Amino acid sequence: MGEELGPGRQLTRALVRWETALIVLCVLVFVLGAVSTAGFADRDNIGFLLVDYTEVALLALALLPIVLTGEIDLSVASVLGFCSALTGALWDAGMSFEAIVPVVLLTGAVLGAVNATLVVGLGLPSLAVTIGTLGLYRGLAYVVLGDRAVTGFPESYRPLATAVVPGTFLPLPTLAVAGCAALAAVVVHATPLGRSLYAIGLGKRTARFSGIRVGRIKSGAYVVSGALAAVASVVYTLRYNSARADNGSGLELVAVAAVLLGGVSIFGGRGTVAGVVTALLLMAGLRNLLFLNDVTNEIQNVINGLLLIVSVLVPVVTDLVSTRGRRRGAVRRPTEIR
Amino acid sequence: MTWRRRPLSGRELGIVFALLVLVAVTTAVNPAFLGAQGLHDLFLNASILTLLAVGQTLLVITRNIDLSVGSTMGLTAFLSGQIYVADHDTPVIAVLVAGIAMGAVCGAVNGALVAAAKVPALVVTLGTLYVFRGLDYGWASLTGTRQVNADQMSGQFLAFGSGSVLGVPRLTLIAIVVLVAVNYVLRTMRSGRELYAIGSNPHAARLAGIPAGKRILAVFVVSGALVGLAGVLHAAYFGTINASVGSGEELAVVAAVVVGGVAIFGGSGTAMGAALGALLLTTITGALPILGVPALWQRAVDGAALLLSISLDRAVMARLASRLRRERNARHG
Amino acid sequence: MTNTGSTRRAVLTTAGIAVSAVLLAGCAGTTKHSASSDGAASGPVTSANPNAPTKQGLKISFVPKEIDNPYENTVDRGGIDAVTGLRETGKEVGPSDASASSQVSYITTLVQQRQDAIVVAANDPNAVAPALKDARAKGIAVVTYDSDAAPEARQVFVNQADSQEVGRTQIRLISEQIGGTGKIAILSATPNATNQNTWIGFMKDELATPRYKGIELVRVAYGDDDDQKSFQQTQALLQSIPDLKGIVAPTTVGIAAAARYLSSSPYKGRVALTGLGTPDQMRQFVKDGTVVRFALWDPSQLGYLAGYAACALASGQITGKQGEVLKAGKLGTRTIGNHGEIILGPPTTFDASTIDNYHF
Repeated sequence: MGEELGPGRQLTRALVRWETALIVLCVLVFVLGAVSTAGFADRDNIGFLLVDYTEVALLALALLPIVLTGEIDLSVASVLGFCSALTGALWDAGMSFEAIVPVVLLTGAVLGAVNATLVVGLGLPSLAVTIGTLGLYRGLAYVVLGDRAVTGFPESYRPLATAVVPGTFLPLPTLAVAGCAALAAVVVHATPLGRSLYAIGLGKRTARFSGIRVGRIKSGAYVVSGALAAVASVVYTLRYNSARADNGSGLELVAVAAVLLGGVSIFGGRGTVAGVVTALLLMAGLRNLLFLNDVTNEIQNVINGLLLIVSVLVPVVTDLVSTRGRRRGAVRRPTEIR
Repeated sequence: MTWRRRPLSGRELGIVFALLVLVAVTTAVNPAFLGAQGLHDLFLNASILTLLAVGQTLLVITRNIDLSVGSTMGLTAFLSGQIYVADHDTPVIAVLVAGIAMGAVCGAVNGALVAAAKVPALVVTLGTLYVFRGLDYGWASLTGTRQVNADQMSGQFLAFGSGSVLGVPRLTLIAIVVLVAVNYVLRTMRSGRELYAIGSNPHAARLAGIPAGKRILAVFVVSGALVGLAGVLHAAYFGTINASVGSGEELAVVAAVVVGGVAIFGGSGTAMGAALGALLLTTITGALPILGVPALWQRAVDGAALLLSISLDRAVMARLASRLRRERNARHG
Repeated sequence: MTNTGSTRRAVLTTAGIAVSAVLLAGCAGTTKHSASSDGAASGPVTSANPNAPTKQGLKISFVPKEIDNPYENTVDRGGIDAVTGLRETGKEVGPSDASASSQVSYITTLVQQRQDAIVVAANDPNAVAPALKDARAKGIAVVTYDSDAAPEARQVFVNQADSQEVGRTQIRLISEQIGGTGKIAILSATPNATNQNTWIGFMKDELATPRYKGIELVRVAYGDDDDQKSFQQTQALLQSIPDLKGIVAPTTVGIAAAARYLSSSPYKGRVALTGLGTPDQMRQFVKDGTVVRFALWDPSQLGYLAGYAACALASGQITGKQGEVLKAGKLGTRTIGNHGEIILGPPTTFDASTIDNYHF
């Protein structure tokens, strides 16, 4: 049932569809904001709207390779929460921050590996597994840190999460996100590994028969996801100067929404890093613009939800228009697989 | 297939076994757990989740999912409250009908997008999760009624939520009636069997002349109606409603369905299994504090229990499958 | 299975890398003992002029813990009333998820909108601090209410009641209702809830006094301010502690859920329930005898006082120093206490004879 197009061809096809619409929407939001709303185009404000999406962006990038293979990871925000709680507990116990960071990154990778073991090793459905680990990791965060809140993280490191590149409005964490996104783009779009991710998403069995080590690649994606969520936890903890067990609760759905809004197919095998990055920019810009105009949270929720629905409707509609003489197998029927 | 002959299939027996062990251990620690009041509470707590899980099962069997259940339930619960704010003496049945109708409309919106526009249910319902919740909040702030309290609802309605018939909680009775009905449809009716066909192989189902789109739309409407019912019952049971009722419930529902052995990729599973899954998860949550698990550990143990139950299920199924293979080989060999 | 093997290999590799990284990082480094603490915010330093006229056209924003929490809405309505009464403009904005990170987004936006004062109920005292300090550095008056932020990040904290008094009142109420002896339990909100944790701390202190030596606090349960979870936790408390005499729920969600459960169970009237609840929510349960007496302050007055404090700060009438006097309209005057704390007053207790006088 997979498309018979090569990844390159597929990339161009994807770009002329939803991604284009996204870029137009994104530009529209920023132009509209600059014209209509005082303070929106301020350097400080642009800097803030970017830095405010750091953690979501990292979680979305963590999710992307997994979703490309047709799996999902709902535990990312709980990994963030556990790692933040662990940071707090270790810091409180007097451990040095330089030592805490590698421990936390390792922990994130291990939590990712646990997901991998359950999904790849035992062959359990990833949706179910990561709903379980969503609860488990968040629960362990409470076990580690209890009802305490730890603060007072070193002022020498906090600027890493709060400061801007000298002379510009670009926040340092945004630079880090951009770096991660660039790396992800190279890996996903320009390496055999990336092509394997798409191949697995389009058809696991075919991928295995063509010599792709499906299990190993999927496991790797989960481990990387855990580690990236841990990076997000470090940024979160430093940025808010606060380690608590409930840090980042609920961010998983925002990250999933960003990935899907970016045009990544929930069945795997379709989507681009550029699309996800544009979606993140759009969400960040729109949120800030709505905030500045005192649009309530409820309206924002409705807009976000509608955008998500439109994101899946647009490709369907353009498919209908562009492939009138429907090539066999070229259009996947989304109802066939969830 | 075993389920046709026996009342409970292998994996359902597994859940029943796990339930029995859990109840036995908990009762050993604290006999009150199996007392009249304990049992009453246990079934009452599981009733609403059961309704949601049974509705979700219909969808999951057809390779669909509804992540907007929590928001839909919130919306219908809030509707019940608003009805009582408008007219304190509304008959219970009218509220029930209104809630079910509203749930069905929400389901129809999801179903239309999925069935007609052929877009993935997971994405659509993640979208409507936000949209319905936004409408709920918007409704609350527009009317200025952010919360509806027990004293604003009619005594009849509250009594309906907490009442019992012959010692069995009314909510549980409703859940059982729904469960039996859905089970009957899935097992014996042609349209029910077709849902499995759609979930196993949508393409083949379509070729076989099954109106897949129509069936999927219908299933979304029915499931939405059940969620609507659950929302009204939630309002009657808890007696306090605000716009955040049901937030996060989608994860609990999907967990119950999965624990109940309904295959997340469609084509297999039973409503009975999902109901047992809901009962097991509720029992775990209820048993932890009684077993003396410290408050801060409960969330973690809850998550671990979910993982354990799906892993065990997989192990049992793998063993079963290999035994079947062996038997078949022996027969043909 | 090869799949498991590859997972294991991946885990081992990452473990190896990370362990070596830890070893490299060594033990020396920045620890909490060597880290310099962040100083207080450097707002424009001015001295108070109690007779300064109240500036007109001030823009005051209220940021509750959660925008859809009815209790917080009542508080903010009181605040906006106070502010509009002074011919200023007031608005309420805030997150729908009770998270500190969304509050930070709102606070930063308010700074960008050049508000004159921000009134915030902090979800996490530390997490909102950097954003509030930034607001103060830009000359915006910062008031906390309901739930405090780190003291150096704000000028004034309007406390609904002396926290010690809140703890003491609830212990007094439960003691009266169970006749001074027996086992009690606490049903709290989330484990991280700042207010609840402060009050529970004071309740424990109070219980340690000889006066309450007959009362034993056997458990603290968390209902996460969720109806269903609070319900189930109440059931579990009653089942697992057969000789439980009373429950204290210092959260409006918790006490309502516990009351609803008790009212339809055989424990009604046998197990006492008290804590903090709104009269509207509890009316039904006081009238049917489930709950005898509970406490709360008037939330709209809390907002009212916070609104006045914000206007006075923005007009330079007060700066938040101890001993300054805040004129607060119909509430009279309040003197600013230690650490810039202003106290609304003692909590009100409600019972069957008084509950119908209150509507909030």
